[in-house]
Amino acid sequence: MSVKKIYKDQPKTFEFNEKSMQAAKKIVSNYPDGRQQSAVMALLYIAQRQNDNWIPLQAMKYIAKFLNMPYIKVYEVATFYSMYNLSPVGKYFFQVCTTTPCMLRGAYDLVKVCKKKISEKENVLSDDGKISWMEVECLGACVNAPMMQVNEDYYEDLNEKKLLEIIETIYQNKTPKPGSYSGRINTEPVNNRKTLLGNKNA
Amino acid sequence: MLRDEDRIFQNLYNDSGVDLESAKLRNDWSGTKEILDKGREWIIDEVKSSELRGRGGAGFPTGLKWSFAPKEIGSRPHYLVINADESEPGTCKDRDILRFEPHKLIEGCLIASYAVNAHKCYIYIRGEYFNEGQKLQEAIDEAYKNNLIGKNALNSGWDLDIYIHYGAGAYICGEETALLESLEGKKGQPRLKPPFPALIGLYGCPTIINNVETIAAVPTILRRGAKWFSSLGRPKNTGTKIYCISGNVNNPCNVEEEMGIPLKELIETHAGGVVGGWDNLKAVIPGGSSMPMLPKEICDNMKMDFDACVENKTGLGTAGIVVINNDQDIIKCMARIARFYKHESCGQCTPCREGSGWMWRMLERMSAGEATPDEVDMLFDVTKQIEGHTICAFGEGSSWPVQGLIRHFKDEIIERNKFDPVVKKNQNIPYLVDQHLLEKENA
Repeated sequence: MSVKKIYKDQPKTFEFNEKSMQAAKKIVSNYPDGRQQSAVMALLYIAQRQNDNWIPLQAMKYIAKFLNMPYIKVYEVATFYSMYNLSPVGKYFFQVCTTTPCMLRGAYDLVKVCKKKISEKENVLSDDGKISWMEVECLGACVNAPMMQVNEDYYEDLNEKKLLEIIETIYQNKTPKPGSYSGRINTEPVNNRKTLLGNKNA
Repeated sequence: MLRDEDRIFQNLYNDSGVDLESAKLRNDWSGTKEILDKGREWIIDEVKSSELRGRGGAGFPTGLKWSFAPKEIGSRPHYLVINADESEPGTCKDRDILRFEPHKLIEGCLIASYAVNAHKCYIYIRGEYFNEGQKLQEAIDEAYKNNLIGKNALNSGWDLDIYIHYGAGAYICGEETALLESLEGKKGQPRLKPPFPALIGLYGCPTIINNVETIAAVPTILRRGAKWFSSLGRPKNTGTKIYCISGNVNNPCNVEEEMGIPLKELIETHAGGVVGGWDNLKAVIPGGSSMPMLPKEICDNMKMDFDACVENKTGLGTAGIVVINNDQDIIKCMARIARFYKHESCGQCTPCREGSGWMWRMLERMSAGEATPDEVDMLFDVTKQIEGHTICAFGEGSSWPVQGLIRHFKDEIIERNKFDPVVKKNQNIPYLVDQHLLEKENA
């Protein structure tokens, strides 16, 4: 389940920095005049990226003013959707998919590793404060199960050993390589491809 | 097996690159202007006669949907919205189209926008597909630069702007009216239908909503002709479809195949067979988690298309095939799916909000063997109370898989759940007020 608890130590102020401001203005211009409310989801996401991957209440108030809409409506959106973190998460935010297609291929083994190597409970930072993890619902990469998302990248075709390697890489201050960890290309069947062979060999 | 040249998505595994130049080698954007020059009527008629059905799950005929859009632009502008909020467990076809065949999608957007009189097109991508969205944005920028879209696109006199809108992790936003709410910057809670979006949709304007795969298939259909498309599959179930095969198979994969391919052939040929052999198969969910599962006996001779699935009391849905073998605990698998629906219910209608949690808790107890045999019928009753009593189809989506489980594996649930709350032994329990009921002579 998502991080929907409002954090107790809220920052006093929030403002978009220059980069966020540019991105925000560009997004607002995507929608017809007077329909700037449509941009609220994107703006919340921009705020989340600017603020170390979580959204403080001040940011919601700021966005409400920015889009000229009631604060409660921004709050409503921020609490409805699961990708908005309302409390701080680790710099590396592990989201392990455990819905049935992943579960069939051993997603709960990955959860065990997370419990052992990161923290016993979901949404609790690891000892060095770098990683936090949680179980999420289907991430839409079912043929590459089991998989997880770290920040924006997908890590696919995992098993316990490969997840341990990923965590170890992060503890050594390196960013692990995203993508499939079984050596296959995208979503093709491993060693069993029977279609579009002409393209493959071209 | 379908011949390679009949496959629409030639770059499904990204063998030949994503950029415009490689896309053109795959025939994208060839003759698009000629297609537009033939006019809206021709495009809609051609799509109609190809019998293309929506690939997003419901299987509604695409040409018919387009013909619902008002013929002339009135006081309100028209919109085209592409549904790329792919969140159905078991389904991951749109992801590959977004990242490897973006130009097919953009070309389809241009044709569809022209056919339904829309100058603006929004592509609603689920928030988790951030990288895929970036890839699509690159392709859109490329298309703008080459005047494929934008002002006077392809010198056809038609203006089209395409924007990407990211979701933020809500399954319900795949429902078309919830998607529109979300696009307007609100909570994704579905609207009542009617009015249908074709007349009153985004910002109260006529809006046509299509799935990514549907739109991406349109340019190829128009280029090669409706006859070619309808020669594949069988009447009313024509063409090709990307199947996602996941779960207990040796080589899980995405593959484009003809409609109506036998399920067994699909799994054995492309996915390397079931882990432990075909005889080790327990059940298959044929169309993403919201479709009822099928036991092995039906899977043996089952064909994969819309009507064949309905005959077997299930649905093709998004063609996300989840294979479950005998090593798995089937009740537990379903309990996990029920948990998914409990988590994703938007909370608008009471039967779904409360019922989805109810189904989850009962199934969790059943998987642990803590339920009574009677509760199986009660659970079935609960699913019937949800189905058809909600604003959107989420109610059906959450209750059908449970119904499928009970329909085919009732005996197994009952066998595991022998718990009986009635005290049958004649015990002397001093604090029991109704002690007399336990005594034999009074019973």
